Amino acid sequence: MKTIKIALVGQPNVGKSFLINAMGDVKLKVGNFSGVTVEKKTITFSRDNYNFEVTDLPGSYSLTDYTSEERVTKDFLGASDYDLILNVIDSTNIERNLYLTMELLALDQKIVVALNMQDEAVKEGVHINERQLSKLLGVKCVQTSALEKTGIDELIEAIINTNKQSSQPFHLQYSDVYEEEISKITHFLEDKHYQTNTHLKSIAIKLLREDGETYHHFHDQPIWTELQPLLNKSYQHLYLHYKTKDLDEIFHDEKNALAKGAVTESVKFDTTKAVGLTDKIDAVLTNQFIGLPIFLFLMWGLFQITFEWGSIPMDWIDAFFGMLIDGTKSFLGDTELASVIADGAIAGVGAVVLFLPNIIILFTGIALLESTGYMSRAAFLLDGFFHKFGLHGKSFVPLVSGFGCSVPAYMAARVLKNDRDRLLTLYIIGFMSCGAKLPVYVLIIGAFVAEEHAGNMLFAIYILGALLGVFAAKILKMTVFKGEDEPFVMEMPKYRLPTLKLLYHTVSEKAWMYLKKAGTYILLASILIWFASNYPKHPDMEAQYASNIEQVVADENKVSKLNNELALYNLENSYLGMIGHASEPFFAPLGFDWRMAVALETGLAAKEIVVATMGVLYGLGDEHDEQSASLVDKLKANISLPAAIAFTIFVMIYFPCLAASMVFRREAGGWKHWGYLFVFTTGTAWILAFIAFNIASVIF
Amino acid sequence: MTLNMLKKGQSATIIAIHSEKELKNRFNSFGLIKGSIITVERHTLGGKTMEIRINKTRMALRLSEAETVEISA
Repeated sequence: MKTIKIALVGQPNVGKSFLINAMGDVKLKVGNFSGVTVEKKTITFSRDNYNFEVTDLPGSYSLTDYTSEERVTKDFLGASDYDLILNVIDSTNIERNLYLTMELLALDQKIVVALNMQDEAVKEGVHINERQLSKLLGVKCVQTSALEKTGIDELIEAIINTNKQSSQPFHLQYSDVYEEEISKITHFLEDKHYQTNTHLKSIAIKLLREDGETYHHFHDQPIWTELQPLLNKSYQHLYLHYKTKDLDEIFHDEKNALAKGAVTESVKFDTTKAVGLTDKIDAVLTNQFIGLPIFLFLMWGLFQITFEWGSIPMDWIDAFFGMLIDGTKSFLGDTELASVIADGAIAGVGAVVLFLPNIIILFTGIALLESTGYMSRAAFLLDGFFHKFGLHGKSFVPLVSGFGCSVPAYMAARVLKNDRDRLLTLYIIGFMSCGAKLPVYVLIIGAFVAEEHAGNMLFAIYILGALLGVFAAKILKMTVFKGEDEPFVMEMPKYRLPTLKLLYHTVSEKAWMYLKKAGTYILLASILIWFASNYPKHPDMEAQYASNIEQVVADENKVSKLNNELALYNLENSYLGMIGHASEPFFAPLGFDWRMAVALETGLAAKEIVVATMGVLYGLGDEHDEQSASLVDKLKANISLPAAIAFTIFVMIYFPCLAASMVFRREAGGWKHWGYLFVFTTGTAWILAFIAFNIASVIF
Repeated sequence: MTLNMLKKGQSATIIAIHSEKELKNRFNSFGLIKGSIITVERHTLGGKTMEIRINKTRMALRLSEAETVEISA
């Protein structure tokens, strides 16, 4: 079977991934583009005796270096080996999409154009004559609808046929002035018998745009001495004619004029059809006065739902793991093995899986915000506010992603082009409490806040974290990251309802990632923590307690009291206890005991482990209690309210988990920043927790 | 006259763009180019950011950036 390698290119929000998924039984591989952290999706499928290998390039408005994503797309198209470009277009906004197509056509590669979202276009009265457009562009254009799965077979056929062609002739005809300068250069190259695989016209355009790489290439060749004066003359002509000295602008003018021309000749707009749905929604959602309150309400609603709805399946999961632990113990007896499996592995993983419902609901919410197009409205509404704190409206996207998980959030910060702006955003992403911190908050809230206020409290914690974050940004901006701001220019895409399939994919991917973490990393950490909390053993102490218990065996109360004492003694003198005690002086001013200290330290590996650790530390001590009180009750009995508040604040701010901090190091550009972040977050967390503890101690 | 002076609901044609290359390229890829007609959709409450429409593209930008876009009313 033959393999066709396809570079999938399109502007953002044209549904190109969705289109590929509609092509058949596809296999997706997610990786990274070498050298950068931009996600590389490779999709493979077989059809009609061909293997298709599709590289899904990041959505780009044009082939520029504006964002790292666009740089990846540009570099891939310029250098990588692929057989043809599949350019996906949003038919409802065809002219702007054709700007990119015109740039692609200047690359001198085989191209097939998919006029996607055809169903929507028809509804909006946009009628494209695909044959006419194919003729104008000189490449095959196929109308498709990923949603209704139309045009897919024709598209595959076009890809196969285009691939068979030896090469596509350069078809674009620019304006007479531009063509004249192009032909001067191509004639010169022909006369010189210049050897190349690339179309001469394509080279000429690059020279006329002052493309750095092409320049470099020619600069070291003898031909350059004659080419240079020729180019200078061409530039002078163009400057004169276009009344600007910006060669890029001249090319863009040409390109856009071509797109406009193509649309005029091949697209009919039925203006009688009303298109105003997005306008109607926007009139409310981005309204000057009610836009922001609506946004805050939506966010509040999301956190309410996360907490309220999430608690139902959480009870089931809790009960399930409780059963599993009891079952394991009764099956294996009262042995070390039973303890490591039940109290270590199952309890630890169970504490993490418990929060899966919350994670799913929260990520569904974020995915909805993103895929409907509301996210950029929010960025629009918030830019004025963000800008005051030295942030960028676009910082909103990584910051909101930070509520899900810091790892993708750090990566999302790449939408910010200016290094200073990006670094600033990177530094405060941690203030946005990630999904893994949610279990800690839920636990503490469950223990200290009445049930009817739980949702509000959770919301308050998230808001407080975010507010602290923007203030920290302001301080950093005034001190460390002084300088010019990055421009804020952003598309407000049309509102679209995401398909269930898309939502399912996005959310299940996240949920799966979370579970995988629970299954591997956290399982290992749970067992380690179990070991560290159970060893070293103290046989003499145990023997002493055993004989003491024998003496009072008739009095059940005394027995259980002694058993508790022993368990506590064992814990305090375990490895974990030693670590906790050693760091106690550091945490003592915040009102934390050694167990809380240990929980925070294990949380450096992953925030979910904070809860797992507390489960082990507070759970084991009361193992023989008749009524097996829940972790919540144990916390209430062991931790004071001011300490709990300080603990919550510390968790809110302190150093991100191992995985996230590694991504941060990569994105920020080195260990130096990693170190800064450690000092910055730990320092801020300590100071704020200290203040909170002391204020709370006075009040309560 | 520059784009930032345009009021809600008003339209104008772009005469020239005086921004730096980067911003200009970005404007370009959205269709904000010499000769295109823009309509102001709305401003934010703080009055620092505006939403405009060019053909079928809606985009948000700051007024400080709109200042670099010369228009004829």
